Amino acid sequence: MQREEIVAMDESNNTPSDQQITGNGGHLLEVSDLHVEFRTSGGVVKAVNGVNYILDEGETLAILGESGSGKSVGVEAVMGIVESPPGFVTAGSVKFRGTELRGMEEDQLCKIRGHNIAMIFQEAQATLDPGFTVGHQISEMLRLHRGLSKEEATKKSVELMDRVQIPFAVERANDYPHQFSGGMCQRVMIAMALALDPDVLIADEPTTALDVTIQAQVMQLLSELQTETGMGIILITHDMSVIADVADRVVVMYAGRVVETGSIHQIFDQPAHPYTVGLMNCVPRLDRKEDNLNIIPGSPPNPINLPAGCAFHPRCSLARERCLSETPVSAEVGPYHQSACHFFEEVLVGH
Amino acid sequence: MTIFIIRRILQAAVVTLITLSVVFVVGRVVGDPVRIVIGIEAEETRVQEVRDQLGLNDPLTVQYWRFMTGALRGEMGTSFWTRTPTMPMVLERLPATIYLGVVTALLAFPLAILLGATAALKPHSWADRLINVTALGGVSIVEFWLALMLILVVAVQLGWFKTSGYGGVEYVVLPALTLAYKPIGRISQMARSAIIDELRKPYIKAARAKGLSEKQVVFTHALKNAAIPIITTTGDEVATILNGAMVVETVFGWPGVGLLTINALSRRDLPLVEATVFVVTGMIIMTNMLLDVAYTYLNPRIRFQ
Repeated sequence: MQREEIVAMDESNNTPSDQQITGNGGHLLEVSDLHVEFRTSGGVVKAVNGVNYILDEGETLAILGESGSGKSVGVEAVMGIVESPPGFVTAGSVKFRGTELRGMEEDQLCKIRGHNIAMIFQEAQATLDPGFTVGHQISEMLRLHRGLSKEEATKKSVELMDRVQIPFAVERANDYPHQFSGGMCQRVMIAMALALDPDVLIADEPTTALDVTIQAQVMQLLSELQTETGMGIILITHDMSVIADVADRVVVMYAGRVVETGSIHQIFDQPAHPYTVGLMNCVPRLDRKEDNLNIIPGSPPNPINLPAGCAFHPRCSLARERCLSETPVSAEVGPYHQSACHFFEEVLVGH
Repeated sequence: MTIFIIRRILQAAVVTLITLSVVFVVGRVVGDPVRIVIGIEAEETRVQEVRDQLGLNDPLTVQYWRFMTGALRGEMGTSFWTRTPTMPMVLERLPATIYLGVVTALLAFPLAILLGATAALKPHSWADRLINVTALGGVSIVEFWLALMLILVVAVQLGWFKTSGYGGVEYVVLPALTLAYKPIGRISQMARSAIIDELRKPYIKAARAKGLSEKQVVFTHALKNAAIPIITTTGDEVATILNGAMVVETVFGWPGVGLLTINALSRRDLPLVEATVFVVTGMIIMTNMLLDVAYTYLNPRIRFQ
């Protein structure tokens, strides 16, 4: 009986933002021309320089790139949680179901954050508040967004912990983050993120800090939950094997720009940007006998002082005169497959 | 949890015993209380007479045993000046000092945390700079000067409060303000840096991603974790308030333990000075013990060790 009441409450208690936002059509999430910079004493760090991507329901979009490529900052800008100062979102648009989130009032945004768009992070243990029990931290979501009473929220929290397969959920809800392993903390984070059945889940390297078996379990759990709820997932990672397992489409980022986007098959089978090719070659393969790992020569550019033209040219084997001066724009390689390389045809042939 | 509290009580007892021993050693072994009472030029026969009277010719171990057992019974000797037991004299003055201390703490601690949090929310803003300058003033100001200035301006010129004496609001505000300024300075600076540190941590980003408002992020999440270093400073500031009470009570004619200490010092009444030291240290040890228990509430990682 009580459970029915909770469910009824869930349905009746849609926030105004929810009603405004549904039915407006368009993509679930549409990010265009996003720019983020950090104004530091050492200079302006151009972390994100015109990023575009779309996410549809039930889809997993992977954002792939090295450390410092702007992939995390980009999604933080989508959430509107870039630390400011020093961070500033200087241009671009973030549309959720057709509604522009940039420039929206902070209290309106707070209703969307966590509710419509939820996020999980890399260091799960560090992203849980050490001063509160995990049960409290999950219930906080329900009390905040759904206005549930303390008892109802606690009950629902335990259900959520069950759902993400945390054993002994009833007892463990009263434990503090430091009493959980890294993998269990990530499950707590997932339970928290899923508390309100978000439409979009942003997962910022959710498995990087975990060991391999736990990684697989967490990714498996996310896929199952996605099948259940039909949410769209943005998965940020630098792990090719994770991408190969779960992604539908891939966005490859370099120096704050999208260098290539395409379906998982397009990216793996016909990479159309020298950087993507480089990343693919970095993955050691058992079916080929190789003496050395293929690494991309050089290191990522200094974001305070990005190279002119194509930011990848100092590390690129195909670089020539044009790459030093002219910034490449994304060109259609195939259906929904784009590359920001002047010479993508050569890359396709070469591969 | 109970084990933790018991352990803290035992630690406090050990600290008290050590303090008492230091008081004993400084009074009996290092200095000569008789010379203090009857003067450096007194005749040797008179000195011996007084030493016998005070039991100072007994072996040190016997004296130490007598001193410690007496202290544990709450007896700290007889005042040279009034010839009456010292402890009742101190305890009689204690409520006045506690009253002043509590008013000071109620004024200082919430205000300091509010100032620190305001500064932390917008570092390098004009509000932060103003608070920083105010705090610096509190840390570096000399209490008796501040006391005199407050008397001059607020009591004499404006006539809002009484210049000195013991009583209600009109008496307590000025001495409490004087005493509060230093702790306000130190605690607000500590609170500012502790909250800024917490706001940089990943769990704050996650709390924002949950859809909490900035106010909820700062006041429920950051402040609870920042409270740990803030409370450490607060514990130290309790000592500052009790020490400052000596000067402030003297300036404002506030009949507390501080004023009694100054009187005892000026009359070289060693047993009375020892009794005030004992009581004041006891209070500092006790507040610190209570704050340690408060830690365990704020920081579950201590609680489960």
